[in-house]
Amino acid sequence: MSRIHVRGGHVVDPACGLSEPRDVYIADGRILAVGEAPAGFTADRTIAAEGQVVAPGLVDTAARLREPGASRKGGIIPEAQAAAAGGITTLAYPPDTRPVMDTPSVVELVHSRCQAAGAARVQPLGALTRNLEGEYLAEMAALRDAGCVAVSDGGHPVANALVLRRAMDYAATFSLPVMLTPEDPALAEGGRVHEGETATRLGLPGQPAATETAAVGQILALVEESGTPIHLGRLSTARAAEMVAEAQRARLPVTADVAIHQLLLTEHNCDEYNTEALVRPPFRTAADRDGLRRAVAEGTISAICSDHQPHDPDAKACPFADSEAGLSGLDTLLPLALRLVDEGLLSLAEAIHRVCLGPARALGLPAGTLAPGSIADIAIIDPRAAWRVTPESLRSRGRNTPFIGWDLAGQATATLVGGRVAHPGNEAEPSRRQL
Amino acid sequence: MSVQLDPQGQLRHLINTEGLPRDLLTRILDTAESFSEVLGKSVKKVPLLRGRTIVNLFFEPSTRTRTTFELAAQRLSADVLNIDVATSSTSKGENLLDMLRNLEAMQCDAFVVRHADSGAAEFIARNVAPGVSVINAGDGRHAHPTQALLDAFTIRRQKGPLEPLTIAIVGDILHSRVARSQIHALLGLGAGEVRVIAPRTLLPRAIERLGVRVHEDMDAGLEGADVVMMLRLQHERMQGALLPSEGEFFSRYGLTEQRLERTHPEAIVMHPGPVNRGVELDPRVADGPRSVILQQVTNGIAVRMAVMSIVLGGQGEAPTGPIEEVAG
Amino acid sequence: MSETDLDIPQLLDSVAAAATNELQAREIRSPILVGIHTGGVWVAEALHERLQARPPVGTLEVAFHRDDHASSGLKAAVQSSEVPVSLQDQPVLLVDDVIHTGRTTRAALNALFDYGRPSQVLLAVLVDRGGRELPIQPDIAGTRLTLPAGQRLKLRGPEPLRFTLEGGPS
Repeated sequence: MSRIHVRGGHVVDPACGLSEPRDVYIADGRILAVGEAPAGFTADRTIAAEGQVVAPGLVDTAARLREPGASRKGGIIPEAQAAAAGGITTLAYPPDTRPVMDTPSVVELVHSRCQAAGAARVQPLGALTRNLEGEYLAEMAALRDAGCVAVSDGGHPVANALVLRRAMDYAATFSLPVMLTPEDPALAEGGRVHEGETATRLGLPGQPAATETAAVGQILALVEESGTPIHLGRLSTARAAEMVAEAQRARLPVTADVAIHQLLLTEHNCDEYNTEALVRPPFRTAADRDGLRRAVAEGTISAICSDHQPHDPDAKACPFADSEAGLSGLDTLLPLALRLVDEGLLSLAEAIHRVCLGPARALGLPAGTLAPGSIADIAIIDPRAAWRVTPESLRSRGRNTPFIGWDLAGQATATLVGGRVAHPGNEAEPSRRQL
Repeated sequence: MSVQLDPQGQLRHLINTEGLPRDLLTRILDTAESFSEVLGKSVKKVPLLRGRTIVNLFFEPSTRTRTTFELAAQRLSADVLNIDVATSSTSKGENLLDMLRNLEAMQCDAFVVRHADSGAAEFIARNVAPGVSVINAGDGRHAHPTQALLDAFTIRRQKGPLEPLTIAIVGDILHSRVARSQIHALLGLGAGEVRVIAPRTLLPRAIERLGVRVHEDMDAGLEGADVVMMLRLQHERMQGALLPSEGEFFSRYGLTEQRLERTHPEAIVMHPGPVNRGVELDPRVADGPRSVILQQVTNGIAVRMAVMSIVLGGQGEAPTGPIEEVAG
Repeated sequence: MSETDLDIPQLLDSVAAAATNELQAREIRSPILVGIHTGGVWVAEALHERLQARPPVGTLEVAFHRDDHASSGLKAAVQSSEVPVSLQDQPVLLVDDVIHTGRTTRAALNALFDYGRPSQVLLAVLVDRGGRELPIQPDIAGTRLTLPAGQRLKLRGPEPLRFTLEGGPS
């Protein structure tokens, strides 16, 4: 393992309260020191990071890689590489693959493909229930032993509250974090856009905000009783964020994340049946977006994720009702998070916290920091590198994003995973098209 | 809805009545007026679209609507091809874009599209070859512009200009593409006041943002109305807990002779058909002197002829251009 | 746009005189006057008065019978035809303001036959400006002019009637 000297960068490490120019020394895949060179350190490689930000690698709480099950949409290797190119060093892979990640064999497949990729770490999330059907518990202990860091409903909320409660308790037995996506199945039925003006104008069945808040209320009631820690993923309503804040004030063990796009877009992005803006949960009102932004700023929502869902072109080139939900987000997570800094919502350190330490803690991972001794997962970021989002500029196989045409700033110029340079790769990868 | 108008402001597709300029809406109705005269003759046909091909592309079966479009196209001397995708064995799994490419290869000039999904007509309009027009014959809950235009045409013929009129739309607003298109068409034509009347379970959220007044009490909503437009209530609304029963719906929102007394003494009653007698409308009202339901059907042909002839007209001339002098 | 010095009452008188002669020669006692929208209708009404014809004036909208719909589209202000009597076996005096390419007359003849089969049709115009593209000639013309192809001679009315020239060299 090589010894690397990251020279002259502006180190931002919220875990250590650090935001100043420092050198970083890496050996044997770990951070050796930040600041002064350890005695006798000789670098095999020096990375010049002058004028750039040196941050922990980004940790993404939800990214679908489409393998196994839908290889025309993605694949573990190309998506893990796209993640690394976007500064992401760890991504949690929800279990709604086909077959579902409810047995060690699928988890092992993901691990082996991840190793072959040599890019971002892929952390498979085990299924909470068998085949994600919400009826029988999955073999969570076996999944943990196979390498699952957490268990998840995989975007298929458990309808039966009793099953949910037991699944939470069982996961807690094995210290597995429980990642839930709050959605009341009956209220969600048929609704793919927010129940509001856009739904009414377009004649699309709407999904009320209560779809989320009713589920959050139920989950919080279960947490209150059992004390089982849970993480709520992909919040979309201001009210749900308030409920989480209230629960946190009552010292319930609840964390939450939001998809970055929910902080920037609203239901009106679905106007004219824009299938690129079809996401689940749906974009909601400007008031919801603003409430979510506040919750991120205040720290109620401690993680911002990509909610990456790459699609093949056919999945979006059809009428809205037939279109598949989700957007391709690995390429844009970092620059959109930096946009929140430009907009004054977050400081740079806060933004780095929400995409590094916050998600790492939600997943129970010792990542998201540059503290000496930590695994050397590092993103070296040029926060001013401007680029325009075009289908060709995306490294993910999924070209489906409502951000096409946006001018963004911020790129990872180098990404280290476990002390190894995962981006740029050995072959001189074409840099993203510059403005 | 910029997809409908070309850069010169000409109507290229008719997808929705939302956002259409008032002079264009008026022009469609005026043109329909001329076609009404044509339809009153013994020879009910003009050679306007001779040699053009119109495809009725119906993904959702609807014999009534398809027939009126077919007749309208035939009265214009167009060739008509009916494709009922809903019953066609090739429909399952075929990519919609592939199907369009195949149909375009047959050199047709327009698609009349009916689809169960909101937005399907707009999707097709955005993806057809240049020079091919799309007319929406109903997409999901979204829009049914020719129905709304024929309703507006019928109102104008019966009551004159729309400015002083109060128009009430009653029934299942939530699921109704007709209601949405009526609201946009009537307000676009300058109607004085448009009201929607329905129980809360059948009212879409934020409907007032479209510019209508919302009434949950039918008697209050009908007060002084000049036009009452009833909507069809589908039987399946009793499933999904939207309504307890057709009987209870009729008792609160059915139009009876007694309720009609609340309206203006010369108010007219409309319905897009087919009427569920005893559910939306008392049969005595449906067949009564105020009902213009059959006129709506007749007017449907002229309005669809007007839409087809405008949409399929050449591109190049401004809508108000002095075309009559082109070849004196 | 410029005004012309064409004297419309005089043109009407001369068309009326020529029409009277022609009708007498053909032994037509009571022709049905049909004007082509819009200018032809004004001319037909003026002739109706001068000829003291009995049946009311019919009006014809030819927009739906034109041959240039695919290229030029439907004109914005389409009028309605009104032919108050059956044309079956009746003599018809078809009236227009100007004849140019002959295409309007062609369309009008087609539209006319939707109201029955006339025994004969005569065509009267105020001005024949030449430039025919079809083998159609007026039976009666108030005057004959030669105008450049790009120029448009348009009758404005109804009160007072006057001709204007638009486009092309003036």
